[in-house]
Amino acid sequence: MFLQVSKLTKRFGGFTAVSDVSFEVAEGEILGLIGPNGSGKSTTFNLIAGALKPDAGSVRFRGDEVGGLPAYRVAHAGIGRTYQIPRPFKKLSLLENVALAAFYGANSRLSREKAFELAKDSLKLVGLQETKVEGLGASALKKLELARALATQPKLLLADESLGGLDHAEMDGAADMLARIRAERGVTIVWVEHIMGVLMRVVDRCVVLDHGVVIAQGKPADVAKDAKVIEVYLGTDAFA
Amino acid sequence: MEIFDIYLLEAVLNGLLLGGLLALLSLGLNLIFGVIDVVWICYAELIMCGMYAVYYLHVQYHWPLYAAMPAAIVIVAMLGVLLHQLVIKPVLAAEPINQLLVTGGVLFFLQAAATLAFGIDFKNLGVSLPAVRIGEMSFSAARLIAFGAAVLGVLGLFVFLRKTYLGTAIRAISQDRAIMPLMGVSPGRIYTLTSALGGALAGLGSCLLVLQYDVHPAIGLSFGPITFLICVMGGLGSMAGGLIAAFVFAQFISVGGFFFAVEWGYVIAFAFFIGMMFVRPQGLFRR
Repeated sequence: MFLQVSKLTKRFGGFTAVSDVSFEVAEGEILGLIGPNGSGKSTTFNLIAGALKPDAGSVRFRGDEVGGLPAYRVAHAGIGRTYQIPRPFKKLSLLENVALAAFYGANSRLSREKAFELAKDSLKLVGLQETKVEGLGASALKKLELARALATQPKLLLADESLGGLDHAEMDGAADMLARIRAERGVTIVWVEHIMGVLMRVVDRCVVLDHGVVIAQGKPADVAKDAKVIEVYLGTDAFA
Repeated sequence: MEIFDIYLLEAVLNGLLLGGLLALLSLGLNLIFGVIDVVWICYAELIMCGMYAVYYLHVQYHWPLYAAMPAAIVIVAMLGVLLHQLVIKPVLAAEPINQLLVTGGVLFFLQAAATLAFGIDFKNLGVSLPAVRIGEMSFSAARLIAFGAAVLGVLGLFVFLRKTYLGTAIRAISQDRAIMPLMGVSPGRIYTLTSALGGALAGLGSCLLVLQYDVHPAIGLSFGPITFLICVMGGLGSMAGGLIAAFVFAQFISVGGFFFAVEWGYVIAFAFFIGMMFVRPQGLFRR
């Protein structure tokens, strides 16, 4: 299995943020990881990407255990990640931001020219033409975050998109972009989102979390009909 | 020109020369703080070690200076790495005050160890460089050399930080340390390399100082505090701020010393520092 998450558990003091979470991701698929705010999506992401150490359970990526490894080694293993709130290096140029990821990301010591080429490619793929980080809007910053993750040449992309701050056209654009990234780069994608509508259009399968527990998984159409999922989402604006 | 004006100009130029040296000293401390977020209070004691290294290699073992000085730079760079691995690493997550106290402990440890190993007497290289006369002004050649080397050191570091990947990574980690691992960068490695670089800058400083001053176990106290205050005044971690503050401070010392007496120069400079802390407690520049 490409990515196999089994019985992943994380506690913060007495609070169990993620409890016995298991799911699998096949190579080449786009998986939607959804759930209301506070359902444990970001914690799950942090556990896979090495930002947090799991209390129990395992994360196997292409056969190797990556659960509990430091984040830079997870990056070297081929897992790229974006943050919900973009965190660019403001004092570096846009290209430097991405080239840095290209140079260190794959741990292959690219030449300076190669790294910049890769950085430019990634920026082109996300459609970012600006040169300065300063003055970028929310949508452009998300694109930069994506370009930076892509420049590490990941085989698996963990996209913490959370399109909350974007309008409908921008949300559609972001969804199309993830589809394009898979098509052009052959990258497998796990997409975290709490707004279901736009996600359902491009994902192959969904895993739904609530209170740190997987409550449903399967094809988008089936998940949308699931009684437990409807109950969790009922009365929230996120179902749209 | 009136004779008074010439002496004033000489004082200003001497301040400039001193400023270059102080700028180099503050640069290493700022680099370490900017990247690792820890203040090496014992920075000047590393410089003291470097001065002893040059002295012993040159005077005792008869190495020529062009070999002894690079060797001293390497030795202090290694001391920097050692300091990081043995002392800083265990307290990386500790409160800033604990980090300060630990490196403060290293300060007195190095002083005491130097007293034990080398004795308390003042040692000098026995190299006396001539004074350089320009018009009616005269400057110490040692100061001119120190200024030139300091400027080269500052420029070298600047180019390194701008033009290399490692330099870019160092600039990046000083802005957001949590995000660096996502780019595949191991923070531990960057910290170790930065410590070596900071140590090498201290080593360069010791080569320049040993040309002008006798070395003794407490020599660090003559320029450690001033280096630290310059960094604070410039904004801890801001290299540009440190450079500017170094030149401002040096002018206070040199020109202040010219109008009153040398000792007064320091009194005025430190009074200025205290005043600045009321007006701009965050320093000239914020990191």
